[in-house]
Order: sequence, then structure tokens, then C-alpha cells
Amino acid sequence: MSNLIKIKNSSFSPEKLKTMLYDMMVIRSFEETLKKLYQQGKIHGTMHLCIGQEATAVGACVPLTKEDKITSTHRGHGHSIAKGTDVKKMMAELLGKETGYCKGKGGSMHIADLDIGNLGANGIVAAGLPLGTGAALTSKMKDLGYVVLCFFGDGASNEGAFHESLNLASVWKLPVIFFCENNLYGMSGWIKEMTNIENIADRGAAYGIQSETINGNEILKVVEATERAVERARNGEGPSLIEAHTYRWEGHSRSDARKYRTRDEEKEWKKQRDPIALFKEQLIEENIITEEEFIELGNRVQAEMDEAVEFAESSKAPDLETLTTDIYA
Amino acid sequence: MRDMTYLEAIRESMSQVMRKDEDVFIMGEDIGIYGGAFGLTNGMIEEFGPERVRNTPISEAAISGCAVGAAMTGMRPILEIQFSDFVMIAMDNIVNQAAKMRYMFGGKAKVPVVVRLPGGSGAGFAAQHSQSLEAWMTHVPGLKVVQPSNAYDAKGLMKAAIKDDNPVLFYEHKLLYNIKGEVPEEDYEIPLGVADIKKEGTDITIIATAIMVNRALEAAAELEKEGISVEVIDPRTLVPLDTETIFQSVKKTSRVLVVYEAVKRGGYGAEIASMIAESEVFDYLDAPIKRLGGVPTPIPYNPELEKAAVPQVNDIIQECRKLMNK
Repeated sequence: MSNLIKIKNSSFSPEKLKTMLYDMMVIRSFEETLKKLYQQGKIHGTMHLCIGQEATAVGACVPLTKEDKITSTHRGHGHSIAKGTDVKKMMAELLGKETGYCKGKGGSMHIADLDIGNLGANGIVAAGLPLGTGAALTSKMKDLGYVVLCFFGDGASNEGAFHESLNLASVWKLPVIFFCENNLYGMSGWIKEMTNIENIADRGAAYGIQSETINGNEILKVVEATERAVERARNGEGPSLIEAHTYRWEGHSRSDARKYRTRDEEKEWKKQRDPIALFKEQLIEENIITEEEFIELGNRVQAEMDEAVEFAESSKAPDLETLTTDIYA
Repeated sequence: MRDMTYLEAIRESMSQVMRKDEDVFIMGEDIGIYGGAFGLTNGMIEEFGPERVRNTPISEAAISGCAVGAAMTGMRPILEIQFSDFVMIAMDNIVNQAAKMRYMFGGKAKVPVVVRLPGGSGAGFAAQHSQSLEAWMTHVPGLKVVQPSNAYDAKGLMKAAIKDDNPVLFYEHKLLYNIKGEVPEEDYEIPLGVADIKKEGTDITIIATAIMVNRALEAAAELEKEGISVEVIDPRTLVPLDTETIFQSVKKTSRVLVVYEAVKRGGYGAEIASMIAESEVFDYLDAPIKRLGGVPTPIPYNPELEKAAVPQVNDIIQECRKLMNK
């Protein structure tokens, strides 16, 4: 606990801190609910769960306004929830219903909500980085003042699009934050076998970009780092690269038997570095929240999730006539 | 009316739209002071400045994604891919992102981006700077594909492409750049999806694209002397395709030759031929539909080999004679 940021030094009200905890709990509950629905055969295809990575999603979005934008990854449910995406409509999308964000045509990997600055999850690794760079270019050219935060994983940092985007954003001084959720594995590829450097953040130096590596399971550290980057972006000082260390508890997708890592490693992350448990403990220690209130939050999350499932299950499937609509504007 | 080159017509179209619409800007490699690899953007940076005539690093993956990201957030970028061959490096952003975004986001996103693609052979640039790969793009739902064959069309189609709320791939042929034609000074638009009858005729319909339109017209003039009357149709846009103009012509002539520079195998000519064969005008045909396309080879360097790789005027004349004897 000694390494944690002291809450009394933070600028957040107790209400705001509780909201952060609540949002993290919603993400976890959403993912666990999906797992159940998948096992019951109610969701088809696949999904990439982000259990264990709740602090990076919520922490990175705390300093963002509704006008700011994010681009996300194939592991994007948490990012969407953190940016304010409606859980009911997202659940409906995962069940392939017409009330879903994408009218049942996008599914897990393509949730977008342009009205609140969520430019979309993405099924292609690193694809969000140049897209986010372009959204940042719009902000600069039209003087709109918003910043763009691009979530990506450690695997994406080996893609050409990562390097080209960092360079482009740097030479054009664009208001973009490249936010790496380093969860140690790109599908099954262990980071030590896929890159030969200590920190992905070190790559920022090659492009003249301010970079840092942080503990991504401590939400207030994530918030702090992102706040610094947002401030730089708003001041016209250009892009930043943040590498946040975290861990996905589940496999890459539903078909992953996790043969590439040990159960001891998983246990250690779950027991010692659960981002929700860490934050809860901290809030209790500093008398922001009581154990009873935490249970109450859990009940609220469960009610929200029940409502989302009920909404999704009772929604209509899309009409077959919609198969070829919305291909062109 | 003034004469102006195809290249100048494209420049003028972009400039006229940029004067009226602040959201339109151009980006690409060396398009600033240098004026682009073919000089098409010469002088534009002086008028519009470096913010709107945006010189980019050599980074097709990033600049294509950047153009798509800018388009989905309210800009109307025109991206120059220096040679159309380099579009492969940008393919993810065009095929996986731009083309699908509207559909997979439930109809909410718009991606008004124009990608300019100088393509085609005949200039001595060999295999990696001379291809005609437009058929690839026509295969992807969500993309529009434009292929102007003269200066007048290039100006009007560029205007329509910029105004379109969808990703538009704008194929320019290098050999057309310096060919002059009559071009009105005012800002006008040729809607996407309207073919043009470049020459009327009664015996054979030639459907040709890009530089092949010029070659078909030359061939038609020769064939006219032999008493063969050729109608030349230029679809101008492959997606959307004006099938009606093509069908009407087939009804009139009963013989069809499709001519295109891209490799014959898997080219867009096969699509046009099948479309005719599957339609009600099939019964009007007096001979099998013929395709004349590129030889299935990378474009070679030697000028004689290069010429032999794609249809020339004589090849078109030969095919038409054969078709008349069927």
C-alpha cells in the first residue's frame, strides 16, 4: 500500500472516487456476464474479455471530457464503458439485436458511439492508432480543442502502423495520447519473446515523444499520467506515449486454453494486483467508503447488469431486409 | 472553351472546391513545394498553405489511417497515394476501416475521403509503379471506384468524389495526365454512376476504361473506314456502375468487346461481361461477349515488351474484325 498515491493528495471528491470504483466494477461484471451468456449459448462468435484491466480503461478516461475521443481495440468493452457507452445497448449488440449500437451488425469488436467520442473498437491490431491520429488532426485543423486517446496493446507496438502513427503525430504535434495496455501477451505471444527492450515506452524516444511507464493496476497512477498527457495535448505540446502494466485474467479469446503461461502467474496477478481490490482497500483505509457501501455498490452493478441482459434478450433481432442497408451513406 | 490537361483539370477541381469548403484539404507525399510526383499539386501550397496542402512523411499506413480518422470526425480529406501500386501498404485502412465503418457501426459513421491513385503502364516505370489494380477495390462493398478518361470528366468526377460521403478511390492514368481537352472554367459536377457514350455506332459496342477509351476511339476511327460502326462507352465509374447505358447499347449493336488495361484474368471486364450475359439483353447478342485485357504478367521495363503487355489500338481493331465475322 505504501506505493499507492495517497488519496488525500488527489483532487477528487469522495463521490468521484466512488464513481471510478463503480465503473471498474461495471466493467468486470459486464465481462463476467458475457462469459455466462456465452457458456449458455446466447452469444455466438467470440469475445475478448478485459477482466483484470479495469484500472487502465477507467483511469485513462477519467481526465477526458465527452468531447474528447478514444479509439479502442478488439478488447474494447472496458474502454467503451469507461467512455460512457450505454451498457444496455452494448449488451444488445453482443446478442446481435437491432437495439444494439451497431444494429446487430458489428458485434463485440466493432462497438462505436461517435456521439460521446468513442470512435470504435477495432478488430485489426494497431488500426486505431492512425485513425486516432486523424481524429486529432481534425481537432487541430478545426481548432476544436479535443484530445484523442488511442488504446492499444503491447502486441500492437510491433506493428508498422504504431511506428508510423507516432512519427506522424509527433511531426505534426497532434493532440493525441498513445495509451498502451501492456498485459504481457499479444494473443499467446509473450512480450519477452516478441520485443527485445525493457519498456515499450522507450520507443517514444525514437519519435521525440514524451513517454512513461506506469503501474496500470493502480487507477490513480493511471489517472495522473493521463492527466499530464492531456494537459500537454491541450497546450499544443503534441502527443504522449503511456505504457501501463496490467494483466488480462482470461485468455485472449474464448477459445484460448492459456497454455503459454502458468497458473501461478495468473494467481499472483489476481491475488496481489487485482485493480478493483487494490482501489477498494485504499478507499476503505482512507475512510472514503465502508465495507457495507462496497456491497451496496456491488448490488447496484448487479441490478444494472440484470437490466441490460433483460433489455438485450427482449429486443428484436434485426430484419433480414437490413442486410444490405448502411453500406453507403 | 479552354483546353486544359487532365492533370490541370484535377488540380482545378480540387482548388475550386477547397476555396469554398474549409473542410476539404489534401495530403500526401511530396505534394507541397515539390508539387507531387507528377506535378499535379504544383502551386497549391502557395495558395492554400501547408495546413491544407499537407506534406506527409513516407508512411502510407499512417497517412491513409489518418485521412480516414479525419474523415470520420468531420473533415473531407483528399489523399494522394503517389503511385497506385503503393496502396497495398494502405490497404488495411481502405478495406478494413474506411469501407466497413459505416456498416459495422450501424450506419452512424460517414467516411468522406477521396484517395487519388495514379496508375497504369506505358511510362517506363516497370512492375512496381505501373499496375492497374482497380478491380481489387470494386470487390469491396463500401468503396466507390472512379476512373476518368479525359480532362472534362476528371474535373467533374473529382467534384462529385469530394462531395460524396463515402470513401472514393479515384484512379488517374499517368498517360492521360498531359492530354488536353475542353474544360469549362466553372465548377461543375458529373454524378458518380453515369456512363458516357464517347462515340455512337451501330455494329459493335466497346466498353472501355481510362486510357483504353482513347485507344478504342482511335480504333473506331480506323474501323469506320472499313465500314464497321463502333459505339464506345466509358462507364467512368466502376462502382456505382451505369448498367442501363451499357444494356441499351448492346440492344442496338448486338456485339460487345470489353477493353481494359488491367490483367484480363479477374479484371473488371469479366464483371461487365457476366453482367451482360446474365441480363435480359443476352438475347440480343449475335456473338459471344469478348474481353481484351492485359497479359497476365508484371509490367516489364523494355518499351516494346511494356506495350505488348496491355491492349494497343491494333489489338482492338483485330478483335473487332474477328467479332464482326462471328
